[in-house]
Amino acid sequence: MSIKEKAVFVFADQVDNQITPVSFELIGKARDLAEQLGSEVVALLLGFQVADLTNELIAYGAQKVILADHAELEHYRTEPYTQVVAQVIEKYQPEIVLFGATSIGRDLAPRVAGRVHTGLTADCTSLEIEEGTDRFLMTRPAFGGNLLATIVCPDHRPAMATVRPGVMIKREPDESAIGEVINFDGLITENNMFTIIHDVLKRGLSKHDIQDARIIVSGGRGMKNAEGFAMLKELADVLGGEVGSSRAAVDAGWEDKSKQVGQTGKTVRPNLYIACGISGAIQHLAGMEESDLIIAINNDPTAPIFHVADVGIVGDALKIVPKLTEAIRSERAQL
Amino acid sequence: MKIIVCIKQVPDTTEVRIDPVKGTLIREGVPSIMNPDDKAGLEAALRLKDELGAHVTVISMGPRQADTVLREALAMGADAAYLLTDPAFSGADTWATSSTLAAAIGKLDYDLIITGRQAIDGDTAQVGPEIAEHLGIPHISYCRDLKIEGDEIVVKRQFEDRYQILSAKLPALITALGEMNHPRYMTPGGIFDAYREKEVVIWSRNEVPVADGNIGLKGSPTRVVKTNPKMLKQPGTVIEAGVEESVQYVMAKLKEKYIL
Amino acid sequence: MDFNLSKEHLMAQQLFHDFAVNEVEPWAEQTDEEHRFPWEVVREMQKYGFMGIPFPKSVGGQGCDTLTYVLAVEEISKVCATTGVILSAHTSLAADAIFMHGTDQQKEQYLCPLAEGKKLGSFALTEAEAGTDAAGQQTKAVLDGEEWLINGSKIFITNAEVADIYIVFAMTDKAQGTRGISAFIIEKGTPGFSFGPPEKKLGIRGSSTCELIFENVRIPKDNLLGREGKGFGIAMSTLDGGRIGIAAQALGIAEGALEKTIRYVKERKQFKTPIAKFQNTQFSLAEMKTEIEASRWLVYNAAIKKDTSKSFSNEAAIAKLKASKVAGDVTRECVQLHGGYGYIQAFHVERMMRDAKITEIYEGTSEVMKMVISGNLLK
Repeated sequence: MSIKEKAVFVFADQVDNQITPVSFELIGKARDLAEQLGSEVVALLLGFQVADLTNELIAYGAQKVILADHAELEHYRTEPYTQVVAQVIEKYQPEIVLFGATSIGRDLAPRVAGRVHTGLTADCTSLEIEEGTDRFLMTRPAFGGNLLATIVCPDHRPAMATVRPGVMIKREPDESAIGEVINFDGLITENNMFTIIHDVLKRGLSKHDIQDARIIVSGGRGMKNAEGFAMLKELADVLGGEVGSSRAAVDAGWEDKSKQVGQTGKTVRPNLYIACGISGAIQHLAGMEESDLIIAINNDPTAPIFHVADVGIVGDALKIVPKLTEAIRSERAQL
Repeated sequence: MKIIVCIKQVPDTTEVRIDPVKGTLIREGVPSIMNPDDKAGLEAALRLKDELGAHVTVISMGPRQADTVLREALAMGADAAYLLTDPAFSGADTWATSSTLAAAIGKLDYDLIITGRQAIDGDTAQVGPEIAEHLGIPHISYCRDLKIEGDEIVVKRQFEDRYQILSAKLPALITALGEMNHPRYMTPGGIFDAYREKEVVIWSRNEVPVADGNIGLKGSPTRVVKTNPKMLKQPGTVIEAGVEESVQYVMAKLKEKYIL
Repeated sequence: MDFNLSKEHLMAQQLFHDFAVNEVEPWAEQTDEEHRFPWEVVREMQKYGFMGIPFPKSVGGQGCDTLTYVLAVEEISKVCATTGVILSAHTSLAADAIFMHGTDQQKEQYLCPLAEGKKLGSFALTEAEAGTDAAGQQTKAVLDGEEWLINGSKIFITNAEVADIYIVFAMTDKAQGTRGISAFIIEKGTPGFSFGPPEKKLGIRGSSTCELIFENVRIPKDNLLGREGKGFGIAMSTLDGGRIGIAAQALGIAEGALEKTIRYVKERKQFKTPIAKFQNTQFSLAEMKTEIEASRWLVYNAAIKKDTSKSFSNEAAIAKLKASKVAGDVTRECVQLHGGYGYIQAFHVERMMRDAKITEIYEGTSEVMKMVISGNLLK
């Protein structure tokens, strides 16, 4: 079985024999790229007893799947995975290989790039084929996210990239899609670089330090009382975030001092900061104005919090917060 | 036991501001610091030194000014320091950087190499695994904890939802997560010793046994074709509407920003 | 003549800055509000060698110099003047007195643990009736066989209850006046040595200040520091060094208050304009900065002179007189620029204003500084 020239390969990231969603997103993007290159999308699936996952990859848009099903590949380990991916690249000479920027993809891709001697661009947020030149442009944030750099890989093949989850759009799955499955026929050779897995431990995901939180739902005096303030916890929970607080809410005894954001509390810089019933005294703003996205809900249209908010909602936080929690919960249920 | 820790001097990206008028990065006055993950890696090495009497060497590739972070490492307790600096090394991407560092490390004795997971100015997380590849040794990335057992290293390796307890034969390379420890401070006396008693050995092009095609810009498979400042923060929109409409508006924003 | 800090001093300054921001500042408000000795911070300073910065490694120190020590007191005092004085009294009063005047045996036994951060030091000269008039000492020491018998009390003593090793001055020959004063090293736990209740103070509230009471305290004969009758000179020369530490503390307080104020005036809006845009604010900041820079070089100069010149008494007095005056003036002006917010606790400058006052009083009042300076002019 042959694979077209200039194919776009996608490493299908799987954990516990479940494909990580970013893999489907990459397949969606890879289809666009492959069409422009006049080629096709090949998913690369490694694991043990994972053959039935190939259908899913095809449904999401992979035109071919290379399947390496081997006991050595049951749990991700760098060296056997690198051996397989490097052999596949040597054999089929793809134009592009994409990996999810997961803790597997970000471990495997550089090892492979080192072995096959090619360029790798990390954590891309945009991938495109330049009109006219057919150059593959990989764009990624750099400098702490303050800068976007566009990178090419002119003389080495394949061009490789890892892509952040949630950035590319997956296709609607088509259960009727047909694709070929090609079995990996290379060898996995044990050497000094093999590691041994002794144990696997669950990782508690609840991070309670607000300075580590990516999402913070914060409340102030406008939450009126302890019961009102408690609503914030539910919103934070559906978002996978933490609850923060203004000084007023701490002084009122609704929240612990360790959750206080501001000059006399902690300085935070989450991806999302939702300020509910916080007027925005300067000591509070000093602690959160660097957040990536600030949503403020307050019933006073002149509240200073609106000066730093990206999204300002004039309204009663006590009414909006529970509705918003509900809306997010049902959105999540659909996913 | 001999440990090599790779260290990068980086601009403190949390201090970077964007010029609100021109929309460009203000790089002036941004302090240079030891990359935080590297510092955690150094701390891990120094703890092995405290426990097992390991000899800790730090190495960096960069401009002359990177001397400062190596002195800082010496002041924290590292025993020896090397700086790879030469115009020929400049413009290197992760592949060329790792091949240069690997060639230099190859001249030294080591049982364990520690790098940070990633640098805050590039965030690529590639140089560690690529050094290991060039040297033909195993690597374990995202290290949360480690111990030495005989001729093996046992690592608690972090994934999104779990940890693996992994072992690898030494010599090996690990990449350290910033969260793995709280790095110690320098001591005032350590600082004086770092400048007055200890040495940062400078290695230029000729002292690093690596092919011309594998270093600097020439040895880099990737090229940066353009950089743009991130979109400036637009003035926020404030809406005054009913509860339902407000909720819908927020939902739309959350989706637009990929938070949902 | 070079007004630039060396690379090692710059790196030490960065270390002290980072330490102050990360380890000291989080405790500053509680230290003040609860009049609580910041043990958590002091333990960390002990761990990292901060308690022996200017002393040679041979006596357990860090092998740095007085300038490095001054940078430490300055950076720490920017965020917490209490912690600044704990370090200063320990280093330049207690430890330095032994370093300058102790025997090899005393250095080994008492200076090493102080410099290594295993023990904390204190210095006790002031008495109820002997402030600026230090010659009016009432505490007495009498040689009784192989022991000194000490009776009396000391007041307003920094690191009082928390220290382990005390430098205590007492009259060994009342008839000789200042030439009848001797210095002694006394350890905590010596029978008859006790403490009065803690003082409640205007500022530096977390610093342990109280009375030391000596009732038939017996210490070995060898715990005499320096020669008998030379205590007054030991006290005065030690205080010369101490004044550099206090001047650094004052400098730090002023700088800390100015930093907080700069941040505030950029954010605080009145009449729809950040108050930093008003010329009144700008001129005020400029004047404060100028005064602070003037004190800085006086303080650094005194520190360098201590290590390089025979006499630095005059430089130390000038530095302390100026820096303490500037600390008072700057903190008051910073409160003023903060307006109502300056008067409440959350913005810290009111604490700094209260802390600043003591720098004009202890280790010789500003009036004593003027006596020293004018004495040098008119001799």
